[in-house]
Amino acid sequence: MAKAHVYKRDHINTDEIIPARYLNTDDQAELARHCLEDLDKDFVNKVKEGDVIVAGEDFGCGSSREHAVWAIRGAKVQTVIAKSFARIFYRNAINNGFYIIESPDALEKINDGDEVEIDYKAGLIKNKTASIDISFNPLPDFALEIINDGGLLEHITKRTTD
Amino acid sequence: MGMTITEKILAKAVGKAKVVPGQLVDAKIDIVMCHDITTPPAISMLEEKGIDKVFDREKIVVTPDHFQPAKDIKSAELHKRLDGWAKRHNIKYYYKIGRAGVCHALLPEQGHIRPGEVIVGPDSHTCTYGAFAAFSTGIGSTDAAAAIATGQLWFKVPASMKFVLNGSLGPGVYSKDVVLAVIARVGTDGARYKAMEFVGPALKDMSMEARMTITNMAIEAGAKSGIIGFDDVTKQYLDEHLKDKTDYTVYESDSDAQYDAVEEFDCSAIEPMVALPHLPSGGVPIGECAGKEMDQAYIGSCTNGRIEDLRIAAGILKGKQVAIRTLIVPATPVIWKQAKDEGLFDIFYEAGCVISAPTCGACLGGFMGVLAAGEKCVSTTNRNFVGRMGHPESEVYLASPATAAASAVEGKLADPRSFL
Ligand code: SF4
Repeated sequence: MAKAHVYKRDHINTDEIIPARYLNTDDQAELARHCLEDLDKDFVNKVKEGDVIVAGEDFGCGSSREHAVWAIRGAKVQTVIAKSFARIFYRNAINNGFYIIESPDALEKINDGDEVEIDYKAGLIKNKTASIDISFNPLPDFALEIINDGGLLEHITKRTTD
Repeated sequence: MGMTITEKILAKAVGKAKVVPGQLVDAKIDIVMCHDITTPPAISMLEEKGIDKVFDREKIVVTPDHFQPAKDIKSAELHKRLDGWAKRHNIKYYYKIGRAGVCHALLPEQGHIRPGEVIVGPDSHTCTYGAFAAFSTGIGSTDAAAAIATGQLWFKVPASMKFVLNGSLGPGVYSKDVVLAVIARVGTDGARYKAMEFVGPALKDMSMEARMTITNMAIEAGAKSGIIGFDDVTKQYLDEHLKDKTDYTVYESDSDAQYDAVEEFDCSAIEPMVALPHLPSGGVPIGECAGKEMDQAYIGSCTNGRIEDLRIAAGILKGKQVAIRTLIVPATPVIWKQAKDEGLFDIFYEAGCVISAPTCGACLGGFMGVLAAGEKCVSTTNRNFVGRMGHPESEVYLASPATAAASAVEGKLADPRSFL
């Protein structure tokens, strides 16, 4: 069952998600070992495969480093649910085939450690611990197309060979 | 209904007469900027997918800068991957060490930025080039891989916000202070997904260097791009810097173009600003923070590492001694040589500063000036996030080169106007 790691903060930035001191590698497994290190040192010890991160506005602001998405995905996080995302992080997630969820209410309705289940098709986050459903707008079609193809490069390759 | 300059440039890039905000477009890319951190992953992706090609070897500009010269073995490996790729594809504009510099200072200086074009790069401050009436934005590595291979990229056409810069700057006040004041007002996501269009009389007196400091920080308000219209100052810079391809198209916003918001600023009233930790929007006038003790001053980066910035700093440091570690980092080899030839290095040396080779280095906490726990740095860079320049418990105070130099002399945040 997926657990929520909740950070009641806006503007969680790329330097906190993956500090520049680790940018000398693009190895996902190694980046994952430092995921959120400057925000929550303990995160890498707590996180389990399929867990979700929940945060406030402007998640992923700052640099264009896709390493931020790789670190999170490398830590086997299923998705990030935020009130809003910074532009480049949003692009990078989609381009990597990593589904992220924009929800204005999730932060208020999910507590740290709550168990959640996500129905991407229906646009529903089910908070099992609190027994409430939180709806969200699924990503736009063009983004889903890229995600379903497995990422932007797969999408392009498919388009050019179709 | 009229169009903004941003909409016009994007319309041209998709071969349409008109585009509107929110529309998804596949735009043709004119220039892809590539550096040493985010491009090697893009290269690996292309190799893995078996699409190891470049759309145009003359439209890709490569400059290792972040960890250049290599700070450790891993960065050396990144440089090696970049080098092998650039050579294999015979990239025409590959700036090797000795000619490489901080990307956003180097590309305009070497004549790669032209009005009306679409420029992308896997670096968030790629928005800098908007100072030249171009559309330019930061992307990720996957985007870069796609742009490198196909010369095309998806975009959502951004809505525009207009920033009217009225009045003129007082002595000791610079474009850095203006952009810190703008971000302090709108917040770090006040312009999220938008194009920030800067207009107004205060721009007239600003050099291209000063204008680039403003568009450089558009991302710090969350914007997709920053843009400034074309004028005589732009033309003169381009006349001096464009080399191989000297033609370009000038677009300007229609008088009935649509803006999401219009913000007016009286630049005459702006004072030297310092953005307090840990957000670029933390700007306050120097009067509210002067006296705060610092451990390091950093003068460099794509925001303020240009020759004009070094001249301003030297003007204040001349005949003085710095009280704290002071790092001077000319952003490109050309700037480095200019500063040396103009005698600025002597001034910095006499004052007790250390002068580094062109690099991003400590701006992103990489090397050459990393902060220890609890240390404070007054910096001419663009970002003061937690841990940006080193230890998560260190602090970064963003300021102009003048304020950084004045603070270096006093060892605490200081008003540059008392040094004029
Ligand atoms: S100088 Fe700093 S902000 Fe500019 S490109 Fe380099 S690391 Fe990024």
